[in-house]
Amino acid sequence: MAAGAASGGSAQSDTYAEARTWLLLPAWAVLGIFILAPVLMMLVYSFLTKEFRGGVIWEFSFAAYDQFFCNRGLFGDEPCAIEWTFINIFWRSIWQAGAATLLSLVIGFPTAYFIATRPEKVRPIWVFLITIPYWVNLLIRTVSMKFMLRDQGPLNDFLISTGLIDSPIHIVNTNFAVQLGLFYSYLPFMVLPIYASVERYNFSLSEAAADLYASKWVTLRRVLLPAVKPGVIAGCILVFVPSLGSFLAPDLLGGAKNFMIGSLIEEQFKGNAGNWPFGAAASMILLTMVLIILLIFARQQAKAEKGAG
Amino acid sequence: MASRKYDIKSFPGFLPITALCLVILYAPLLVVTVYSLNDSNSITNWEGVSFRWYVDVFTGPESDKFKIAAWNSFTIAIVAATVSTTIATLAATAMIRGGRFRLRTVSFGLISLPLMVPEIVTAVATLIFFNSIGFTRGYLTILVAHIAFCIPFAYMPISARMQGIEDSYEQAAMDLYASKRQAFTKILLPLMLPGIISGFILAFIISLDDFIITNFVKGAGVETLPTAIFGSVKQGIKPNIMAISTMLLAVSIVMVTISYFVSKSDNTK
Repeated sequence: MAAGAASGGSAQSDTYAEARTWLLLPAWAVLGIFILAPVLMMLVYSFLTKEFRGGVIWEFSFAAYDQFFCNRGLFGDEPCAIEWTFINIFWRSIWQAGAATLLSLVIGFPTAYFIATRPEKVRPIWVFLITIPYWVNLLIRTVSMKFMLRDQGPLNDFLISTGLIDSPIHIVNTNFAVQLGLFYSYLPFMVLPIYASVERYNFSLSEAAADLYASKWVTLRRVLLPAVKPGVIAGCILVFVPSLGSFLAPDLLGGAKNFMIGSLIEEQFKGNAGNWPFGAAASMILLTMVLIILLIFARQQAKAEKGAG
Repeated sequence: MASRKYDIKSFPGFLPITALCLVILYAPLLVVTVYSLNDSNSITNWEGVSFRWYVDVFTGPESDKFKIAAWNSFTIAIVAATVSTTIATLAATAMIRGGRFRLRTVSFGLISLPLMVPEIVTAVATLIFFNSIGFTRGYLTILVAHIAFCIPFAYMPISARMQGIEDSYEQAAMDLYASKRQAFTKILLPLMLPGIISGFILAFIISLDDFIITNFVKGAGVETLPTAIFGSVKQGIKPNIMAISTMLLAVSIVMVTISYFVSKSDNTK
């Protein structure tokens, strides 16, 4: 920016200011009609009455939310007691997404740090290597993961051939398989923001700490970590949020017992057996959770920036 | 300084973890590629190298299904990427070359909306929307949904690129009596080309790879490659799925590599 100002130009300008309404109109129209309006429509649907062939009757009703939170006994006429079935599915999803986030952090942080401390010229190549798998079809990656983890799959074959285990470990259709699948799906999201903040980190701070006889690990924990915290939090959110609502990993790797929010929602819209208002309500609850997380995150980032500036 | 005996930047164990990270990221992809060449009817036993499953994808009993799905996937991806890249280029011009304006933050929020809303929620919302306006689900609904959620993916590299180009080039052109339109089409757009190509490629891959939203809005009978693969995988992983997956994987990797080298070539210097 400073160099730009000196030479009389800058990247942000008002050259096309009078045309901006026309320039933005297509984006507003497409996103407004096909993303924003549908989300609002979904909110409306969550307050409608279900039709038995799938679909809705246009009659206002709290039934969807009531069914989610309230257990009214066998005949549906008892006072509201807390219904745990769906809350537990959400709770399991949070737990699974959290475990996947932790796994990604344990592998992702050292990787990001290692890449950020390579010579400047080779860093883009490392970053490129980390990003490639993200661009490969998520379905194919999840299927590959399932193939890897099968009882007769390459992972078990490998472990048996090294003599570490005698008989295959059952991983597919367990919670752990889902965690591994989520971890594998979103690992690059953890590495990239941490990499970006470690790259910006001023290593003379670490040197100063070392000169004052701080050990390496103390320097890492007390000097580097606080400085790169925004990147770490960004990485955690970028893994946690998509994991929370994911469908493919729990569906393909988890089997019927390891149901998550995504599968619960998907089931409501499949064939004639579904319950659209309930699916819309569950989607709204998921969306609200995600927006709250993002809002807290945005506030913290703003605070961190203020603190830094 | 010289008295310090260790390198402050390096930590023991970080290199092996980085190596492990790369193994985790690539091992499943390599394994599928290798097993797609397996000359066996079962996916478990290795019986030597052959291309029979690739032949099977094009001529086998399921080849018609895959051909139609591939046609749908690629035509949707090309149209969706073209339209969303155009929309994103115009929007980026307004956002970065349009001065300060009141709706700037709102516009930015709207453009990043598909990235913030969980994909399954977008899928449900889009299905409900098309249903409530009485739009029959099929090829067209998939296309429209893809155009919408591809916009932010096209927008990111395009706006990043534009932020790196000083406006002095356009100013110079206009000082020499170029109109604004000419400054835009003759100066800014050519400078923007690498960003636009990257944006197009990313939008193309995102559309080609999408499963969840497509699965919700496709309606009966219309399949794209991911939904066709998902349908097959539900009955078990078969060798021909490995072959088709490997081909799709190769398409993605080739396109990302092109995008990487295009965005690296900096024609402003």
